[in-house]
Amino acid sequence: MIGPGQTAVAAPVKLAIEGVSKTFHTRHGSVHALENVNLQIREGEFVCVVGPSGCGKTTLLNIIAGLETPDTGRVLADGKPVTGAGSDRLVLFQEPALFPWLDVMGNVLFGLKLKPNLTAKERREVAEFYLRLVGLEKFMHANIHELSGGMKQRVALARALAPNPRVLLMDEPFGSLDALTREQLYGDLQAIWQKRPKTIVFVTHNVREAACLGDRVVLLSARPGRVRGQFHIPLPRPRDINSVEVARHSAEIIHALKPHLTPDTEAVAGE
Amino acid sequence: MKRWLPPILFFAALAGAWEWLVRQGVWPRAIVPAPSEVVRYLVTAVADGTLLGATGVTLRRLVLGYLIGFGFGLPAGVLIARFRFFRHTLGLLALGLQSLPSICWAPLALLWFGQTETAMAFIVVMGCVWSITLATDAGVRHVPPIYRWAAMTMGSRGLHLWVHVILPAALPFILSGMKQGWAFAWRSLMAAEIYVAILTGFGLGHLLHYGRELHAMDAVLGIMLVIILVGLATDKLLFAPLERFIHMRWGTERA
Repeated sequence: MIGPGQTAVAAPVKLAIEGVSKTFHTRHGSVHALENVNLQIREGEFVCVVGPSGCGKTTLLNIIAGLETPDTGRVLADGKPVTGAGSDRLVLFQEPALFPWLDVMGNVLFGLKLKPNLTAKERREVAEFYLRLVGLEKFMHANIHELSGGMKQRVALARALAPNPRVLLMDEPFGSLDALTREQLYGDLQAIWQKRPKTIVFVTHNVREAACLGDRVVLLSARPGRVRGQFHIPLPRPRDINSVEVARHSAEIIHALKPHLTPDTEAVAGE
Repeated sequence: MKRWLPPILFFAALAGAWEWLVRQGVWPRAIVPAPSEVVRYLVTAVADGTLLGATGVTLRRLVLGYLIGFGFGLPAGVLIARFRFFRHTLGLLALGLQSLPSICWAPLALLWFGQTETAMAFIVVMGCVWSITLATDAGVRHVPPIYRWAAMTMGSRGLHLWVHVILPAALPFILSGMKQGWAFAWRSLMAAEIYVAILTGFGLGHLLHYGRELHAMDAVLGIMLVIILVGLATDKLLFAPLERFIHMRWGTERA
């Protein structure tokens, strides 16, 4: 385990989360989602945030994205306070959130059309490249409702990757996929990240997944979410989720996570 | 071909039975004309141009009023959905006025605009605008927030977000409002044409009115037939393609 602020990569800080707290008030009482979360994420880093369900992981991601505002504290992106959503911090949501009025191609083109200095032909080529990557090039003219849940999430991944955002925020994006597809996408995601370097914040309750993907794994405790520890995963890439090394790291993290689990937690290794 | 056979046989049988009953002398001919007489009227009315002219006048009024109503109703619905102030003011007004059959505006419209095309347009606009307004409002407020969020993190905002995300997402609602608005406008216009004589043009409603005055029931029935056909044609030409698009994309039940 390492202390916060200590990082292996000496790249400039891309995202700084400073003293972020958030409480939701509902009719059934208030939920203390995040409590004084401090985190620094460096340019090009792949950070996985792990914690039990309901620990405020999604809230933290939405605050970084600028979709929600913290009660206290702030988020800096490239040193500038985040005041709203922007294409420099693209989010891949837990649900695919594909647009039903567009076909598959239209969805992947959506973000690309918002990027200046691209010709229509270039946009198409990029979109086709990412559709091929997720294995759905044959479905580019399909309607969204014709796809299975896993295919939808793969289109959403292609849509998120296509504009090549500097920061990609991923909220349990592979939770609904079958194990085989998921393992294939772990490989694809690592390959893309190495080829097109970007800062990735990946939220999951699957510790094995986090150990497989992350340079660093950040442990969040249950309500209210607090940073309880950080782990570096100094393994070479591409990593295989079934390898012994990944399993060893994941066991170490689970061991550290146990005291912070609530009884109804879902965080299990290699689920 | 098979799809067309049942309706053709059905309507042929209906017309045949009707013709037969009239020829049997079940009703006085002055009250219930035979289909053959209605067809004869239609042929002569088409030949002398009255029917096509009247259809043209009516359609022009309908399309003009509907376009104005749509042009006002869509932005009004957006304002109501977007700003609380408009929801509590314009929204309530729309809700109230939607429940008023727009032919009720005829006395005031005649007083304000005289026996003019403007009065006709006003009645048509009042017939369709509130349905479109309220449907747009409902559609915009039913757009799942995740669509907006997904678009925003891809860099969409402001006008782009409205044109490329919120309004397309609300399309199924907006279309149903457009259809309801069209139906209301069509009914109001017929009522207005029967009720009010406008010297700048004789529409289908006026022809129907004169048919009654002259006790020409073959004309009355013939014009009713034309009114039905115009309604069917607009549905097939205007709304059916949009509906097909929505069924295809959203995967809702195929009509």
